[in-house]
Amino acid sequence: MSDCHENPAQTASHLAVLDVDAPLIALAGQPNMGKSTLFNLLTGLNQHVGNWPGKTVERREGHFNLDGRTFRLVDLPGTYSLTANSPEEVIAREFILCEQPSVVVAVVSAANLERSLYLVAELAALDATLVVALNMMDVAAQEGLHVEPQVLEAALGLPVVPMTASRAEGVRELLGVVQEVLNGKRTLGPRPPEVRADHREVLEKIEGLVAAYVPAPYPQSWVALKLLEGDTEVARTMQAALPSEIWESVQAVLRQHDDAFLAVASGRYEWIGRMLRAAVTRPKIGQIGLTERLDRWAAHPLWGLFILAGILGLVFGLTFTLGTPLQKWLDGQIVVPLAGLAAEGLAGAPSWLRGLVSNGLIGGVGSVLTFLPILVVFFAAFALLEDVGYMARAAYVMDNLMHLMGLHGKSFLPLFLGFGCNVPAIMGTRVIDSRPARLLTILIAPLVPCTARMAVVAFIAPAFFGANAIWVSWGLVLLSLLALISSGGLLNRVIFKGQRSAFIMEMPLYHIPNARTIALLVWQRSLSFVKKAGTTILAMSLLVWVSSYLPDGNLNTSFLARFGHFIEPVGRWMGLDWRLTVALLASFPAKENAIATLGVLFGNSPKAGLAGTLAASFSTASALSFLVVTMLFIPCMATVAVTKQETNSWGWTLLSVFLLLAISVAAGAGVYHLAVLLGQ
Amino acid sequence: MPENKLRISLSEMTAGQDATVLAFQGGRMVNNRLVSLGFTPGVLVNMTQNYGRGPLIVTVRGTRVALGRGEAAKIIVERGSNE
Repeated sequence: MSDCHENPAQTASHLAVLDVDAPLIALAGQPNMGKSTLFNLLTGLNQHVGNWPGKTVERREGHFNLDGRTFRLVDLPGTYSLTANSPEEVIAREFILCEQPSVVVAVVSAANLERSLYLVAELAALDATLVVALNMMDVAAQEGLHVEPQVLEAALGLPVVPMTASRAEGVRELLGVVQEVLNGKRTLGPRPPEVRADHREVLEKIEGLVAAYVPAPYPQSWVALKLLEGDTEVARTMQAALPSEIWESVQAVLRQHDDAFLAVASGRYEWIGRMLRAAVTRPKIGQIGLTERLDRWAAHPLWGLFILAGILGLVFGLTFTLGTPLQKWLDGQIVVPLAGLAAEGLAGAPSWLRGLVSNGLIGGVGSVLTFLPILVVFFAAFALLEDVGYMARAAYVMDNLMHLMGLHGKSFLPLFLGFGCNVPAIMGTRVIDSRPARLLTILIAPLVPCTARMAVVAFIAPAFFGANAIWVSWGLVLLSLLALISSGGLLNRVIFKGQRSAFIMEMPLYHIPNARTIALLVWQRSLSFVKKAGTTILAMSLLVWVSSYLPDGNLNTSFLARFGHFIEPVGRWMGLDWRLTVALLASFPAKENAIATLGVLFGNSPKAGLAGTLAASFSTASALSFLVVTMLFIPCMATVAVTKQETNSWGWTLLSVFLLLAISVAAGAGVYHLAVLLGQ
Repeated sequence: MPENKLRISLSEMTAGQDATVLAFQGGRMVNNRLVSLGFTPGVLVNMTQNYGRGPLIVTVRGTRVALGRGEAAKIIVERGSNE
């Protein structure tokens, strides 16, 4: 629990441009309830994805108009409960208590009411204005469940709106009810759950002890309940707020009832049970569901791994076959002619300006932007797998393998995401509950080859290996994963002494993917890539070009060349000359810069293109070594920054950098000398 | 007929079996998370997938939950001997 006004930025944020009087609606719900689908449906492109202040939990907010009135909408993190087990849970409840949204829409699944009403039971204790969105009516119907919204409404004492967000059904009705609540046309009479009878007395005792000291805006009864549940955050706040002798007596009561959290939870499930008996008719289920049938294969310890490998292969195959030709087409038909056109158009301008625009700007940033199609294909494939519900299966079947590193299946999800970009991978480690396991995952995550690195590989490998490029690429991926597993195993023994954390994860039902959800995900991820190209990559391209031009306009005597020659001895171990070494260093701000830099260093010759020039300039052994080092090199600037932010420690961040530096130099030197030995 | 019940850990159940949760022996954090996913004493669970090693899938309150073998071993359940 934190002081509500500790962070004024929280309210202002990106909605500041909007009318502050616009009603604030919050979406709350457990994971896999279709909350994000509803959010996307309401806001479309009028949304902003950022972080919660001081946290790295994703914050999604947006706005929408209805009958000429603007509404602000905040998507709270998906959580199973509101007990302080994770940052997400604390964020969700602090937002409701501190920001006091006009309406909290609780998204529940009609197909899984028993579990999803648990969060409603918690929300009801927060004194928030609740509207229940009874989502996934279609799935419930498919499973033969008959849910009566009016009965549920009467039982809960809260407005209940049936809907199917994936088909955009019931959204208008939901908004209508929200407006009625805002206009005071609906009176709410919620009946929140009570704790199990045998613990009511002790709850009253605690409430009596703390009542006079509960700080605003926390409701007294809620604080007492959370203390009984053993909530660490609330306990910390109350320890500070209470005189020490009262805190001692609270502690004494709590110590006698250390299993009270079960009584609180049982009370909630009893309450849910009453709702269900009234509102749901469940016929005898005879048939085996689709999810169960699919899971016999997808979650099988052996077949599941084959399926995962097949899906991964398919994603990469698709990325290469669809994305690469598009990338080449863009490069050949747009970037090269554009650079030529700019050079012509600036014929009268000084030569430095001509070079800056056509080589530095168009050659550098343009080359990087041509990778967008490759990224879009990967992001789309990943978003599809996420939306279908496959990702939990991938984590499940990888659990055994992850044990080799003292991790469990959940660590596989951020690592998998790392194939797209390491930054969300490191942020994604938040799903891991224990700090040692999380730190270990953060340390090894940069060894997952991201699309930016694969883009470098996709560019260079075909130039040197022709038709065998796909096998070389696969080999590089396998090498990276081998490095990942072996360094993970080693770090776990040396630093973390073989600890292990708990693996508890919901296996959601498979469902038909929602095009809108996927499209928005692809859009957001692509946008952030283009922004990166417009900022850090642009700056780096210009920096590289300028340092290759100064002091006298001759590349071979430029500052860049001098620096490259200075560190060339290190590069030599790995068979890299000064240009490749410089390209490697320039990949620190963003991995794709390696190509942009080579583009600047070699000048985009309109005929052969960069790939041809490179193939003519370097041996196969050097190219292979360059690829290996690129795959394993120091994480990019953004990854290092996010590592610092997530570990909150320079020690771990530096360890991460040096770990990868050591691995990459060793692997590069090894591969180079091996290749030379084999006569390449 | 005498009551003949069997106390075992969740990880010892075979696929298809039903049992009632009795108690948790894990740490506080793990217990809280199990509870929010629907595991409370007295709840009926059904073992959905258990290959004897690696993680397992158990259905509780209509939700399929994957558990590590270590976590499952710390949940004590009771099932009738006639199953």
